[in-house]
Amino acid sequence: MKNNKAVKLLSAPYIVWAAAFIIIPLLMVFYYGLTNRDGQFTFANVLAIQQTEHFKSLYLALILALISTVICILLAYPLAMILSSLKGKNEHLVVFIFILPMWMNFLLRTMAWQTLLENDGVINTVLQFLHMPKMHIINTPSAIVFGMVYNFLPFMVLPLYNVLNKIDINVINAARDLGANPFQTFIRITLPLSVPGIISGITMVFVPSLTTFVVSEMLGGSKILLIGNVIEQEFTQNSNWNLGSGLSIVLMLFIIISMIMSAIFDKNGEGNTL
Amino acid sequence: MKNRILKSLTAIGVSALLTAPVLFSGCCAKEKKEVYVYNWGEYIDPDVLESFEKETGITVIYDEYETNEVMYPKIESGAVSYDVICPSDYMIQKMIENDMLQEINFDNIPNAKNIGQQYFETSKEFDPENKYSVPYCWGTVGILYNKTMVDEPIDSWSVLWDEKYKGEILMQNSVRDALMVALKLNGYSCNSMDDDELEKAKADLIAQKPLVQAYVVDQVRDKMIGNEAAIGVIYSGEAIYTQRENPDLEYVIPKEGTNVWIDSWVIPKNAQNKENAEIFIDYMCRPEIALKNFEFITYSTPNDAARDLIEEEDIKNSEIAFPDLSKYTGLETYHYLGVEGDEKYSNIWKQIKSAD
Amino acid sequence: MISKILKRVYIALIFVFLYAPMFTLIVLSFNQSKSRAKWGGFTFKWYLALFSDRVVIQALINTLLIALISALVACVIGTITCLAMNRMGNVSKSILTGVTNIPMLNAEIVTGISLMLLFLFFKAKFGFVTILLSHITFNIPYVILSVMPRIRKMNPSNYEAALDLGAGPLYAFFKVVLPDIWPGVLSGFLMAFTMSLDDFIITHFTKGPGVDTLSTKIYAQVKKGINPEMYALSTLIFISVLILLILINRMPSGDKEKEK
Repeated sequence: MKNNKAVKLLSAPYIVWAAAFIIIPLLMVFYYGLTNRDGQFTFANVLAIQQTEHFKSLYLALILALISTVICILLAYPLAMILSSLKGKNEHLVVFIFILPMWMNFLLRTMAWQTLLENDGVINTVLQFLHMPKMHIINTPSAIVFGMVYNFLPFMVLPLYNVLNKIDINVINAARDLGANPFQTFIRITLPLSVPGIISGITMVFVPSLTTFVVSEMLGGSKILLIGNVIEQEFTQNSNWNLGSGLSIVLMLFIIISMIMSAIFDKNGEGNTL
Repeated sequence: MKNRILKSLTAIGVSALLTAPVLFSGCCAKEKKEVYVYNWGEYIDPDVLESFEKETGITVIYDEYETNEVMYPKIESGAVSYDVICPSDYMIQKMIENDMLQEINFDNIPNAKNIGQQYFETSKEFDPENKYSVPYCWGTVGILYNKTMVDEPIDSWSVLWDEKYKGEILMQNSVRDALMVALKLNGYSCNSMDDDELEKAKADLIAQKPLVQAYVVDQVRDKMIGNEAAIGVIYSGEAIYTQRENPDLEYVIPKEGTNVWIDSWVIPKNAQNKENAEIFIDYMCRPEIALKNFEFITYSTPNDAARDLIEEEDIKNSEIAFPDLSKYTGLETYHYLGVEGDEKYSNIWKQIKSAD
Repeated sequence: MISKILKRVYIALIFVFLYAPMFTLIVLSFNQSKSRAKWGGFTFKWYLALFSDRVVIQALINTLLIALISALVACVIGTITCLAMNRMGNVSKSILTGVTNIPMLNAEIVTGISLMLLFLFFKAKFGFVTILLSHITFNIPYVILSVMPRIRKMNPSNYEAALDLGAGPLYAFFKVVLPDIWPGVLSGFLMAFTMSLDDFIITHFTKGPGVDTLSTKIYAQVKKGINPEMYALSTLIFISVLILLILINRMPSGDKEKEK
């Protein structure tokens, strides 16, 4: 293997790139997060998460992300099962239809919900037409959950569909032959086999929901502050990079926790879809 | 499955590839005559920019910001270099104190003579020697309300705390304006640094939050026109525009007093095209151009020559566009409150936003 | 039978949930009245306004250019990195894989601010180039992710045989290796391309004066109040995606089987 070294050299551009644009930037977040404005070492920016307003925004973000993730699982699982049971020439078409919305621009998708939920929006206009009372959803946490579920649902459907599709139909049939009823088959066979997909879906929905500032800004009328909004505003309005970085470090801790959990459950990386 | 997505994407890719050469040819033949302008949203007549480009051959690269607070960090970081910006009074003061602005050469701005002298006098509050800024628009902050949705005549900020209008109130999504409302309601100065006063204002705004439909800036205008809210805190400049679109709307300056502001053109230290910036500012000071802008954005112009050109008498003497400020009490300009004040205000604002 | 009906109903409900918002946007794009609440008659004026809006057109051009260039660069860097990684020892390989995972797993907002801090530190001029560099950065991992499995499956003796038969390394790469891993490279390119098209958050933190992508333009527009032009834009984007879907479904099926 005389040219082994030469081939290895091919990784040089990426190593340089990764160092410059992944590692160093992250280190800078840590540097700013762990120093004050005068450049002295401090934990104050990380501990600032204990301040009521920061803690509340983190807590609310966790709760909303959790709710959205659970709703996504509940909606996506049956859908993925139905999709994976489809066989024949239309299978691809149907599956494609359900992930097509994913290709629409993220902001346009969120804007669509603003249009629907607005006090004078489409839903309320229809309700009024039917002489039903108006719903006040926009600018409440529920609106944000709507937006999160709608935006991230395909990220849950895809990995679930992938794992369910891989389950050998013979395993299911064997269980049935041995006398298991459909419910037992589901609990004992299908569900455990689909765990990697669930886990992968959870991380793909939970992390963007937890860290978003766009959905909460567009559907929350700036009345609701999530941790993402706080961080964004520290950078874009208060020019307090130290505090923004400190809170980002806290956010990363939560991401790392969810990564570790998914790594434990999904050792083989089977749920990877992308 | 994946293959299908990929195929569809291939098609996108191929079509993009095909269009790319066309795009490249368009983008690279640029000459260096340009001016970077950073202005408030919906704050200029687009035709004015076009006629400026046509007349001077200078390309305008135009960007918009929503609040002074969003604009400032961008300039401060030095990451971007704009040539002309249009901040408000207190922000100009902050930029002067932090050495971020350069002196304007008024020899290059002969049309500055069209600006009323009293506006330069007022500007001395934040630009003591009139060296850094040329007034562009001015006005007050007040309440815009929909006569069909509000029964009684409004004359006080306290209406923003009226339970009757729950979900029908639009507040300004900007630190200083929001706190000003609460401070003035209590009879305090809108530049207060007193902890007790600020604490009271904060408590009031938190109490008000459930009644507020949304905190918005530029959207107040469209939402009020579209009857989506009954009461909104708004800049006086929007009043004429919104009344034109929706005659049910009425603008008032509350009796407790309010903020009087001036937005002025300034040139940041790191501007790359100072000369073009001055050409641009001078162009904006031309009476007929100022008039065009006034007619489009309807914000009060400090350009006396332009005001004289206004044909409609009722607008020319409009109490909203050109109020006689001596008739009102409790009017104040914002001051820059220092690093400490900024931090105080932004913390309070965060606490209000995160409250339930 | 009942379960079949239930399935159908469920699918239909999800379908409505997913498509009702887009259908609404499409309908509103033809609405004469600017208000969402009333129908003022049918019009094409928002489309005409969209096409004559040079700011939106420029944003579209920027979006496509950035997506295209960043995906291409990411493909080249990603592919050669995969070749090298395949020959690496376990330790260095897992370190590099770990680093590669960071942009994919980390919150976009953190990636965005970290890049912003970097560019600020080096006093880079924010604009087209900073957006491009950021997009390449988050695109490379997707390319590596889709090329790596192909390389692992590849039979190394093919390449060596080519060398033994006198081919130069480059010639052997293009003639033997590349055709083998081509599907992976292509899917990596397309993934990177779409990721870049859809990105808002990272662009938000790394953009500069006068440079907008469609995403940042839409965000600014929504903050000012949604303009029906945006409905027209969504409709056009939706329809282009839909047409592609139909075209692909019409493709001869033999081809499809081969690819599987």
